[in-house]
Amino acid sequence: MKPLRRLLDSIHPHVAEGGKLRVAYPLYEALDTFLYSPGDVTKGPSHIRDAMDLKRMMGTVVLALGPCILMAMWNTGYQANLAIEHLRIDTAGLDNWRYPIIEALGVGFASTSMIANFVHGALYFLPVFLVTQIAGGFWEVVFATIRKHEVNEGFLVTGMLFPLTLPPDIPLWQVAIGISFGVVIGKEVFGGTGRNFLNPALTARAFLYFAYPISMSGASVWTAGFTAEGHSQATPLGAIPDASIASVQELGMGVLKETWFDSFLGCVQGSMGETSTLACLIGAAILIGTGIGSWRIMAGVLIGAIGFGFILNVIGSDTNPMMLMPWYWHLVVGGFAFGTVFMATDPVSAAMTETGKWIYGILIGFVTILIRVLNPAYAEGIMLAILFGNVFAPLIDYYVVQANIKRRQARNAE
Amino acid sequence: MGGSFSIFMTSCFSENMALAFFLGMCTFLAMSKEVKAAVGLGAAVIVIQLITIPVNNLIYQYLLNEGALSQFLGASFSSVDLRFVGLISYIGTIAAMVQILEMALEKYVPALHAQLGIFLPLITVNCAILGGTLFMVERDYNFSQSVVFALGSGIGWALAIAALAGIREKLRYSDVPEGLRGLGITFIVTGLMAMAFMGLGGM
Repeated sequence: MKPLRRLLDSIHPHVAEGGKLRVAYPLYEALDTFLYSPGDVTKGPSHIRDAMDLKRMMGTVVLALGPCILMAMWNTGYQANLAIEHLRIDTAGLDNWRYPIIEALGVGFASTSMIANFVHGALYFLPVFLVTQIAGGFWEVVFATIRKHEVNEGFLVTGMLFPLTLPPDIPLWQVAIGISFGVVIGKEVFGGTGRNFLNPALTARAFLYFAYPISMSGASVWTAGFTAEGHSQATPLGAIPDASIASVQELGMGVLKETWFDSFLGCVQGSMGETSTLACLIGAAILIGTGIGSWRIMAGVLIGAIGFGFILNVIGSDTNPMMLMPWYWHLVVGGFAFGTVFMATDPVSAAMTETGKWIYGILIGFVTILIRVLNPAYAEGIMLAILFGNVFAPLIDYYVVQANIKRRQARNAE
Repeated sequence: MGGSFSIFMTSCFSENMALAFFLGMCTFLAMSKEVKAAVGLGAAVIVIQLITIPVNNLIYQYLLNEGALSQFLGASFSSVDLRFVGLISYIGTIAAMVQILEMALEKYVPALHAQLGIFLPLITVNCAILGGTLFMVERDYNFSQSVVFALGSGIGWALAIAALAGIREKLRYSDVPEGLRGLGITFIVTGLMAMAFMGLGGM
């Protein structure tokens, strides 16, 4: 590692104050502090001294996302290989640049082979991931250079979350447009990491969802490689509203081809990273264990969703099959687990006060089920529910703080 | 979904006056710097909506609508259509109602009047109020529907301005580019809020 350090040190004078390449300082700084712990020490009267700076924090989140990323690659490939087997498609006849690569690697298309699934899925996930990193990173560096702030690792997490929320067949230009909107309008116009009020990854996804609904929703976008073929396989959340009420009343969730456990493990249709509840639970354990993700928010979302889902189950319905979806199904289908663990807990856009976190979480859980069950316009609600929660988080905090002030005034009044 | 519940949810969230129709923008943007002021204004809007929309509904139903006068004055008036004076009567009603409300508040609830004082006259020219009345006419609500609609649209507008004020208080610690400070960033925030509210659209 010594030569690397020496190289960075030799660059330093050129980019430091007064150097010729001063404009490139944010880039240098980002690389340097990413590779090495910065030597700067706090000068002012700061109170918190901890090795857990923004970089390590974001690094931990990326680590927590690990299981979801692995699962995203495996499941994307698994679903695509299943479809190939099921439809008995000759992959040589299709115009898809990924198939020759798979042939060249010799891993084949068997859905039973771990490696085949993994390679196939990675060929879908990685391009989306790279485009996100390049397009988003470009804006990040442009703003850092012009506005002279540092390149923040916040983007590392945003750029990791965003691809996981996308369907595998999304056109790459849409990925670039989406992340550009998320980074610029969702974050940089407010001054960068920590100053935004909406989660940038969700802003980007919601923007794409409303701007290009055809490639973001419906039944035919979830199997990689087959959007153009019109191969349609609905996600559980898409299939239930289409099922007849009588069949749901009779069979319950048996109308789905997936079992609860399939959905829990994540081998179902869906956005790339959201399908596996198990992977999200591992991530949740890491986030809660390191104290980065708030367990209050996660618990709040669970309470809100379970509570309202249970009430709707009790009420029942003769017209809306979604009302009959048991509450424990709501927790494993769609992006519920992924949103709860990784999106709702974003410390910047969530409520800051401890009481506020409960209220914020419960609000998100409640609105999620409200949109899923009672709003026929959208199948999945967690994304929009979290954005809704983000909008109200500052107001919730305001009232919690005011209540604290009042209580303390009353206590000290005697 | 029941009729009145659906009207309430639609007017409060999916067809939110501020975030879906962008009505009442001048007060929405100008008075949202602090949560306290914003909540006061929001409360005033709820009250005024609750008074003016049902009153205008009665005026429309019993005076202005085609043939409405024949209910009192006999069949010869069945072809009289006074809807062309609608706009001026509605805005007149709103102005009068706001004045009466202000006087009543000053006399009987001075504390509330002191809190709302400045906002009440402002609201007379708030287009969310007139917009509420015009939507009521366009959608042909009956009296009880118009009460629900008034409540929903008022609460929706108040929620939106309170949330915006909360966000703007938080954004004081942000580092917004110079050219966007003030109204510019508020417009962007409003747009992003509208996107978040779209989730409840279609109910």
